[in-house]
Amino acid sequence: MKIMIQFVIDYISYIFKGGLRFYAWMGFLALFLLPWAYGNYMQFTQGMIVTGLSDQVSWGLYLANFVFLVGVAAGAVTIVFPAYVYKYEPLHKVAVLGEMLAIAAVIMCILFVFSHMGRPDRLWHMVPLLGIYNFPNSMLTWDTMVLIGYFLLNLVCGFYYLYQKYTGRPLNNNFYLPLIFISIVWALSIHTVTAFLINTMPARPMWHHGMMPIRFISTAFAAGPSLIIVIFLIIRKNTALWIEDKAINMLSTIVVGCLSIGLFLTLSEVVTELYHPTEHSDGLRYLMFGKHGLSNLVPWFWGSLVAMLVGWVLLLIPRVRKNYTVLPYICVLIFLGIWVEKGMGLLIPGSIPTPIGEFTQYSPTMIEIMNCLGNWAIGFLILTVLLKGAIGIVLGDVKYTKTQ
Amino acid sequence: MSENTIPVVELSDQSPCGGESVGQWDPNAQDDRSLDSPSRRTFVQNSAAGMSAASLMGTAALVTGSDDADANTTWAEHFQGNYRLMSDEEKAEALDRLEKRYSLEYEKDVTVDGTEAADNVLFGYALNIKKCIGCRRCVKACVQENNQTRGDEQEIEWIRVLKMEKGEFTQEKLKDGYPGEVGIQVGGNAYGAVGVVLEGEHYYEPDKVPEQDSHYMPIACMQCEKPPCVKVCPVRTTYREADGPVVIDYNWCIGCRMCIGACPYWARRFNWGEPKLPKEEMNPDTHYLGNRPRMKGVVEKCTFCIQRTRQGRYPACVEVCPVGARKFGNLLDPNSEVRRVLATKRVFRLKAELNTYPKFFYYVD
Ligand code: SF4
Ligand code: SF4
Repeated sequence: MKIMIQFVIDYISYIFKGGLRFYAWMGFLALFLLPWAYGNYMQFTQGMIVTGLSDQVSWGLYLANFVFLVGVAAGAVTIVFPAYVYKYEPLHKVAVLGEMLAIAAVIMCILFVFSHMGRPDRLWHMVPLLGIYNFPNSMLTWDTMVLIGYFLLNLVCGFYYLYQKYTGRPLNNNFYLPLIFISIVWALSIHTVTAFLINTMPARPMWHHGMMPIRFISTAFAAGPSLIIVIFLIIRKNTALWIEDKAINMLSTIVVGCLSIGLFLTLSEVVTELYHPTEHSDGLRYLMFGKHGLSNLVPWFWGSLVAMLVGWVLLLIPRVRKNYTVLPYICVLIFLGIWVEKGMGLLIPGSIPTPIGEFTQYSPTMIEIMNCLGNWAIGFLILTVLLKGAIGIVLGDVKYTKTQ
Repeated sequence: MSENTIPVVELSDQSPCGGESVGQWDPNAQDDRSLDSPSRRTFVQNSAAGMSAASLMGTAALVTGSDDADANTTWAEHFQGNYRLMSDEEKAEALDRLEKRYSLEYEKDVTVDGTEAADNVLFGYALNIKKCIGCRRCVKACVQENNQTRGDEQEIEWIRVLKMEKGEFTQEKLKDGYPGEVGIQVGGNAYGAVGVVLEGEHYYEPDKVPEQDSHYMPIACMQCEKPPCVKVCPVRTTYREADGPVVIDYNWCIGCRMCIGACPYWARRFNWGEPKLPKEEMNPDTHYLGNRPRMKGVVEKCTFCIQRTRQGRYPACVEVCPVGARKFGNLLDPNSEVRRVLATKRVFRLKAELNTYPKFFYYVD
C-alpha cells in the first residue's frame, strides 16, 4: 500500500517537472477551456437550442466526434497487436503508450456523449440498479458497456505494467497476457458496436447496410496509427525515449493497408449506390453532389476523399513513407481526412434527407465548435499527462527507491 | 366491453362532432365534456378538485417563488423513478407534485391524470387520404390540445401534412422520358431516381385549400406495434402502453435522441430550448404520459391524445377535421369505426416494408 502511495506521488511529481515547451503546450491546450466552459454553460442553461441541430438533423458534430474517437481508441490496438501477437520488439517496448492513448480517447468519447445529451443531469437513469439499463435491446447500452470495458481493460493493463516497471518487479504473465489478448479483441468490439449503433436503423437508409462495421474498423485502423506516428515522432524529438524506426515503419505500413481497405469499401459503396440510385442513395448523392442547391457537405466529401487518396498514394512509396520529415504531415492529412469522412461524410448525411424526404442543411454553431474544441483539448491534456508519466517510468526516471 | 369504448359513429362525410364550428376550435371550451368522463382515478380527484388558494400557497412554500420553470421543479421530481415502474402511491405522489407545480406556473387549476389503459382496448386510427383537403386544422388543434411549445424560436407540431403534387405525372413530363427527381421512368435512361418515397412537401402556404393538382397526406406518430423507437431507447423512457399508444415519460428521458434516429416516420420532436407555452393558452386537462407541459431537452410526439381517449373522447384532430377524414376507435371492437374502415375500405400502412406495424391506417373509399 505504501508503495502504491509512493507511486502516485512520484508519478504526479514527475508530470509537473517539465520544460518550457511542455508548459507552453499545456497552456495552449488550457486556452480552449474558457470558451468550452462558456459553451457548456450556455448549452446547459439554454438547452440544445444553442446548437445547429434540429428535428431534421438531430445528430451532429458531437456524435460525429464521438464515433471518430471510438475509432481512435480502437486504433490503439495497432500497437498492442503486433507487440504481443507477433512479439514485435520495437513496438513491444512502447506498447503501454498505446494503452494510454486508448484511455484518453475513451475519456474524450465520454465527454462528447455528455455534450450530445439533452439531459446530462439525468445520466444516472442509465446506471443499472439505480435507473434502467435497456439491455440487450438498445444498442446504446451495448456501446456503453464495451466502451467502459475497454476503458477499464486499458487502465488495468497500462497501469499494472507501469506499476511493475516502477517497482522493478517482473510482470505476472498469467494475469497480464490474458488481459492484453482480451483487450485486443475488445478493441474490435468497440468500433463494431458503434457501427451497429447507427446501421441498425432502417429509418436511415444510408447507414442501413452490413458494411458499416468493417468500414469503421478499417478507417479507424488508419486514423489511429496515423495519430500514433505523429505522437511517436514528437516523443522521439522531445524526450529521451527513442522510438525505433522499425516501430514507426510498422505503423505506417498498417496505415497504408487499412486505408486501402477503407478506400476500397468507399468505392464499393459509391458504385453500388450510384449505379441505380434509390432512396438508399439519397444521403450519398446529397453528400457528393448536393441536392436542390443545398451543397454544404459537398466540399467536405471531396476534400476528405482527396486527402485520403493523396495520403494513401504518398504512403505507398517506401521512400516517402520512411522520410520522417514529411511523414507526420501525411499522417495529419489522413487523420483529418478520416475525421471528415466519419463526421461530415457519414454521420450528418445519414439524417439528410429525413425519413419523409426533407433535405435540411446542418451547420454547427460557434458554441458547438467551442465545446468540441474544448473536449479535444481536455483529451489532449489528459493524453499528454498520461504519456509523460508513462515515458518517465519506461525510461526509468521514475522508479521506486526504498530510501525515500 | 369496457367503458372506454369509443362510440360507433356512422361513416359519413360529416365530422364526428357534428355541427360544431371547426373554424374557431377551442380546446378549453369543451371542458364540460371531460368533467363527466367516467374513469377519473380517486387520487386524481383528491388533488384536483379542491385546488384552493390555500393549497396553492402551501405549494409555494415547497418550491421557490421564481417564475423559472427549472427552479420550480421540486427535488423530488428530479429523483423520481421511471413512471412505469412506480407503485400506485408513488404515481399518485408524482401526479400530485406536478399538478401543484403546473397550477402555480400556469396560474390555473391544472389536472394531471394518470388513468391507466383499460382492458380490451387497442386504439387505432384511420385516415382517408382522398378526403383530406390539407387545411391543417388538425395540426393547430393538436398544438392547442397537447401544449406544444410555440413561438418564433421553436414551434413543435406533431402532425405534418404532406402536400403531394400531381405535377410530376402530367402529360408533358411523362413524354419527356427524362424524369425529374420523382416520377415515372420512361424508356431506359436511368438518369434519376424512380419514385423517391414520400417526397412530399410540408411547408406549403396556400391561399386556399385544396390546391389544384395536389393531394395531401397527413403524418404523425403511427403508434407502431413494433416500434423501433422503443427498442433503441437506452433507458426505456418510451414504451408501448397496453392500449396501444407509444408514450414517453418526459421526466425520465435523457435526451439522447436515439429514438429520433430510429423513427421511420419522422414523428418525434425534441425540445431544443425551454418550451414556451403561454399561460392563457395552456390546456389544463393533462395526462402524465400525454399533454402535460414538457421541459427542455426531452423528446415528445403524438400519443393519440391519451388524456382524451382514455376518457372516452376523440383525439382533438378527429374532432376538428372538417371533412371527416379522420377516424378513431378501438381495434378490438368489431363495431368500431376503425374496424369498419379496415373491413370495408382500401387500406394501407405507410412504409409497411419496414415491419413496424403501424396502428395508423390510410384508406380511400
Ligand atoms: S411512428 Fe415513430 S415514434 Fe411513433 S411508434 Fe413508430 S417509430 Fe415510434
Ligand atoms: S431521447 Fe429520450 S426517449 Fe429517446 S431514446 Fe433517448 S432517452 Fe429514450
